[in-house]
This record gives sequence, C-alpha cells and structure tokens, in this order.
Amino acid sequence: MDGVRTEMHLCELCAAEQGIAVKSQIPLNELLSSLLAAEAEDSDSADSSKEVQACPHCGFSLDQFRKHGVLGCPYDYEVFEKSLLPLIEKAHDGRTTHRGKVPSKTPQDTKKQMEVLTLRQQLEEAVRKENYELAAKLRDKIKKSEE
Amino acid sequence: MKLTDISNDINEWFSGSGPLADVVISSRIRLARNLAQHKFLSRCSTTEKSQILKKLKTTLMSLDLGEKVFYLSVDKADALNKRFLVERHLISRHHAFGEGPRGVVIAEQQSFTAMINEEDHLRMLVLKGGLQLTICGKQINRIDDMIERNVDYAFSTRYGYLTACPTNLGTGIRVSVMLHLPALKLTGQIEKFFNAAKDMNLAVRGLFGEGTEAAGDFYQLSNQATLGVSEADIIRQFEKTTIPEVVEYENAARNQLLANQSDILDDKISRAMALLKNARLISSHEALFLLSHLRLGINMRNHMGASTPAIKNLCGPSNLDNPRGPSIKTINRLFMVTLPAHLQLNYGKALEPADRDLLRAKIIRSALNAEDKTNQ
Repeated sequence: MDGVRTEMHLCELCAAEQGIAVKSQIPLNELLSSLLAAEAEDSDSADSSKEVQACPHCGFSLDQFRKHGVLGCPYDYEVFEKSLLPLIEKAHDGRTTHRGKVPSKTPQDTKKQMEVLTLRQQLEEAVRKENYELAAKLRDKIKKSEE
Repeated sequence: MKLTDISNDINEWFSGSGPLADVVISSRIRLARNLAQHKFLSRCSTTEKSQILKKLKTTLMSLDLGEKVFYLSVDKADALNKRFLVERHLISRHHAFGEGPRGVVIAEQQSFTAMINEEDHLRMLVLKGGLQLTICGKQINRIDDMIERNVDYAFSTRYGYLTACPTNLGTGIRVSVMLHLPALKLTGQIEKFFNAAKDMNLAVRGLFGEGTEAAGDFYQLSNQATLGVSEADIIRQFEKTTIPEVVEYENAARNQLLANQSDILDDKISRAMALLKNARLISSHEALFLLSHLRLGINMRNHMGASTPAIKNLCGPSNLDNPRGPSIKTINRLFMVTLPAHLQLNYGKALEPADRDLLRAKIIRSALNAEDKTNQ
C-alpha cells in the first residue's frame, strides 16, 4: 500500500501542476486507493470462497471444463471463480470486469454502480497515461454519480 | 424460401461493394448470448435444448427486421445443405456438425443470421460488404435490444454476458473483418501481418473460420478479448486504426509489386487467366488460388490505375470479345459458386470430387470466355 500511495501522491502533484487539483473535492489518490482497496477485497473474498468439486446447480466440475473448454451453467462463474479468474484475466488482456452493454432490464441502482465502476477504471487508466485533464473530468463525473 | 433460391448468386456482403472493398471483403459482428434460468448447452438435456430452441426461434421469427426471415432446422438438414450454409458463412462448422436440437434464422438478404444452440444458446451476426463495422454494430445492437425485451439473458454485473466459454465473456462480441491480402503474400510480407496481429492479441483465421487455411489469400482478423473493453471501443479500434493500417500495408505491397516486381505480378495474373480460361479440371483450392490473382489484377487497375501488359489483357479494352473484362462481382461470384457444396446444390445432386473439378472448370471457363458463355 505504501508504494501505491507514493505513486498516487506523485500523480496528484502532477495534477496540481496542471491546475486541476484546486477544483478537486475528492483527491485522485484517495479515489484510486479506494479503488485498489476494493479490488484487494474482491481478491480476498475469492481466496476465501469455498470452491466446490461440482456445481450445485448443474453438477459440472472443473475437470470437465479442462476437458471440454466450456462451462456447465452461468453459476459456474461464481462457483469456480477462484480457478477461473486467472484464465479470464489471461484471455482478456488482464481485464476482469465488464465494460459495455448492460441489459435494459437491469435495475437502475445496479446500472449506476456499474457505471461508477467503469468510470473508476477509466480514471485509473487516465492517471496511468498521465492524462490529467480527462482524469479531472472523470473524477467529477464519479462524484456526481455517487451523490 | 429454399436454399437453391440463394445458392446460385452471392450475398450482398460478398459482392465487392462497400468502403475499402478492394482489400476488405466484409465486416462481421457476432454476439454470443445465453438465456438465464437455463444451463449451458454442455449440460442441457435434449428436452431443455428443445425448450431453448423453441423460445429463441419464436422470439427471432417475431422480430421486425425490415426484411423476411426464414428458419432452418440444422439438426434435420442433410449434410450437403449444412455444408452449403457453412460455405455461405450463415452457420459455423460447429453448428453444422454439432449435436441436438438446433436451428438457424436467416434474413432474406443474408446480412443477418442467428444460430440457436451453437456453443451458446444464441449466436447472432450481422454482415456487410467492405469496412462497415459501425453500421454492423448498430444493427446487431438494435436486434439484441429487441430480443432482450422477450427473454432474460444470463448476465453478471462483474462479468457481463455469461458465455459457455470464458473467452467470450463480457460483451460476447466478436468483430471480424475478412481481408484479401494477395500482395502481402506475393511479396513475402504476410508473416509481418501475422506477427502484428499476434502482438495486438487479434486472431487470424482462414476463409471459413477457426482452423481453416487462408485459401485464396483471404484472412479473417478478429478480436480475442471481449471482457473489460466496450463494444464501441473494440469496433472503433478496428474501424479507425487496425484495419486501415492493414489496408495501407497491403496497398504498399501492391505498389511495391508494381514498381519493382511487375514481371512477377504479370506472370501470376497471366498464368491465372490462362489456366482458368482453359483448364478442364480444377480443384476448389486451385480455383481460389488463381481467382485471387485475377482479383488482385482487376483491383489494381480499378483502384490504382495500374496498367501492366497482363492487367491490360485482363481488363481490356484490347479484348474485343469482352471489352471490360470480368468485374470484381463476377470474380467474387466465382469464388463462392465453385465451392464444393455450392456446386453440388446448384447441380441438384451430390458429385464425386473428380466430377466437381470438371464442373467447376466449366463454370469458370463459361464466366471468363465469351465463347464458352455462348456454348453453355
């Protein structure tokens, strides 16, 4: 965490140099720290998940997945999450969270949460690319979405 | 609608029209979807597969797509019809030769097709000629919205649309562009294209998809990552950057051929024309290989104003019997109608390979020789 904080602090300095930090209500480093912490929590919960031999919904096992390359039912993504995650990450250039179309039937609250998550990812990317103008806009959007 | 109604002509998207059509044959976008409350197909009983088929067939047939649609039961279709549908890119080989209740809904102009019970419950695709990915994306999104009003898709807030194979997870989108790259091949630079695609995590496949060879210098370039990047971003990257760059490489190779290796270019075009106009027996592979060189010559004349002796001979005006020479549409049609299943379906019955080679040579001669045309 210390390393991350140092990195974020530098980013904020750079942001200040660009004249955007003065408008900042939520510092970039805090936003990113919370994002990374949320990710860490996610991976912790994956570690502690009780991975079972067979899916209680479809009876599918990981051995069968290894053999056929396809899963048994949508619940397998939760049931075997710990084992599937490295594969998902590898198949999708390191990305593990959906961005893009959401079914229109999805509840409004969920849509909003997904939108914020997407914005946070974009913010992280903007900071990584040192695009502070975009980062500031994204930060404001996140703030507005969370109000 | 019968398959023989469409088997003697070509799909709109294969007619040689659309932006950058001299290099980009077609644009295709596929979405993979599964119904919530159902297992994936690997764990479905025949009864459950039939329920899924019924639900999706009813939904798809009731959509207003602005054109007629027809349904074909793939599990009940005979082998020749299935091979024809694969050659037309209307179903995948996996769907054609899979197991259990399954079917396909095809729009009359063949620019939309929806496979039910392929690897996922639903795999639908929109195709257009040339580079038209944004339009394909808008159309398929609209169709997807209409379907979604009638069914519940398997979707997770973290992983997006849930698919049988984790490699399709998220958006479930596969953006594919079919490219004709004969000059990169002739100048020995096709490996550079393969390596660049690999570096960008893009897949290169042959004319008929996964596991097929690049017959006739046709290559399909598609995205592999589907999670964590939006549909719009994938499409934009392909349409604005990746594909224009490939087209630029191919055009540079065409210019290189013209400037430094015009003898080689002329030799390839002349040999192709001589063989196609005179051969009595020709295999499907040889036909694709030779037609590719004719296509290159015609496109170099049409788009670059190239006028080497062989191109002049190919495109006229010195050839008085056929003053303008064969069009790209004619060549594209020959690519399609001389494929094995097309030949047999149009002939009306199954043929042995040797008989197919005979018929194929005759069809090509007829199209390329005015004399043969009158004899037919």
